[in-house]
Amino acid sequence: MSDATETPFREKVGYQALVLGLFSTLATILLVSGNLLTRDVIAERQREDLQESLQQVMPEQLYDNDLLAAPIELADADGRPLTIYRGTAGLHVSALAWEVIGRGYAGDIRLILGLDAKGRILGVRVLSHAETPGLGDKIEIARDNWILAFDGLSLGNPPVERWKVDKDGGQFDSFSGATITPRAVVAAIEGGLHFFNDHRETLLQPPQDKPQLDGGE
Amino acid sequence: MSTDYKRIARDGFWDNNIVFAQALGLCPLLAVTGTATNGLGMGLASTTVMVASGLLIASLREFITPQVRIPVFVLIIAVLVTLVDMSMNAWVHDLHKVLGLFIPLIVTNCAILGRAESFASRNRVLPSLFDGLMMGIGFTFVLVLLGAAREILGSGTLFANAALLLGPWASFLESVLIPDYKGFLLIILPPGGFIVLGFLLAGKRLIDRIIAERAHNAAETLTGKPEAAT
Repeated sequence: MSDATETPFREKVGYQALVLGLFSTLATILLVSGNLLTRDVIAERQREDLQESLQQVMPEQLYDNDLLAAPIELADADGRPLTIYRGTAGLHVSALAWEVIGRGYAGDIRLILGLDAKGRILGVRVLSHAETPGLGDKIEIARDNWILAFDGLSLGNPPVERWKVDKDGGQFDSFSGATITPRAVVAAIEGGLHFFNDHRETLLQPPQDKPQLDGGE
Repeated sequence: MSTDYKRIARDGFWDNNIVFAQALGLCPLLAVTGTATNGLGMGLASTTVMVASGLLIASLREFITPQVRIPVFVLIIAVLVTLVDMSMNAWVHDLHKVLGLFIPLIVTNCAILGRAESFASRNRVLPSLFDGLMMGIGFTFVLVLLGAAREILGSGTLFANAALLLGPWASFLESVLIPDYKGFLLIILPPGGFIVLGFLLAGKRLIDRIIAERAHNAAETLTGKPEAAT
């Protein structure tokens, strides 16, 4: 059917370039307008997601502020910037949460760690991971209660040398067949607790006193 | 030229099935079919893109010269997938959280480019759209079948998390077939995907052969050769 309309014009290099250029322009226009249309909605959805995961590790009754309003930024031990969300009750910082990362069996395990002002764990949840389905994914709250074992613990309770999986002489259950995953989670949480100890002063500074810390978005 | 829709349907679902006959799209196939639900989600998303790309490419086929067709098809498919990804992220966010990982994988599905090249670029809009739909349904069928087989063998469940994908009404699909099953890791991992796919392919051949033999026997009966009857 296209043979009838086939002319030398269509065979010219210029026509091919024109077609390619036209489609690329069209594609660009479509993608830009798609992005413009969805950008704000997606940002809003992600905000809700963040709020939701924060609420899982920071019980609502502990604070009365908007957690996302003024997070503080600090560099962790490796110099990676961390965004720390802080809940305040009155003038005091009452709860904190930030993301800690464990080196799992298959890439990073992103966790959100919530602490109270004394450095006790309020809760830990897995945000994303790529561990082996059926074995390593027991770290998800949807699949197993394992992650709840950390609630209420802190750096002194249990003592530092017990902050390991049971295979390494610690107190945390390592599920059979997938030791690397719980080991990574335990190490990540312990790292988060050390971070809290090292930066306790800055972290617990009431927001009003140090407005220059209230950067963020 | 008349279009044989029945032929297209048969081709897409069975005779020329993307996986069973063309052995295309194995990357997304093996990557996501750990559970039947994931397979279904991937299948539905792929079908959407196939229908849309069939529609677009068939309606633009007069402008696209053979020399530049491949980059143009790739561009169209990539734009479609990106748009689907963005709109799902914005408007069906919960579904996107489940499927989000798979949607960029659709671009790697060479079956979509294959259909664009071998069907949509040579046929009118309606047949192309229908071809995309049937090929997509055939692909979804294999994804769900493979996902279900691996899920039952590997985890002892079927359609786990279906409610996340389809909404709360689908929770009746979620079932534990083998209680207290310890799991069979090999089947869940990619090598298990290849193994189970091998059995499915063998099963398809077997069914084809039985159908062919029956047709053969029926034909012989008609031409009056009673000794052929079994």
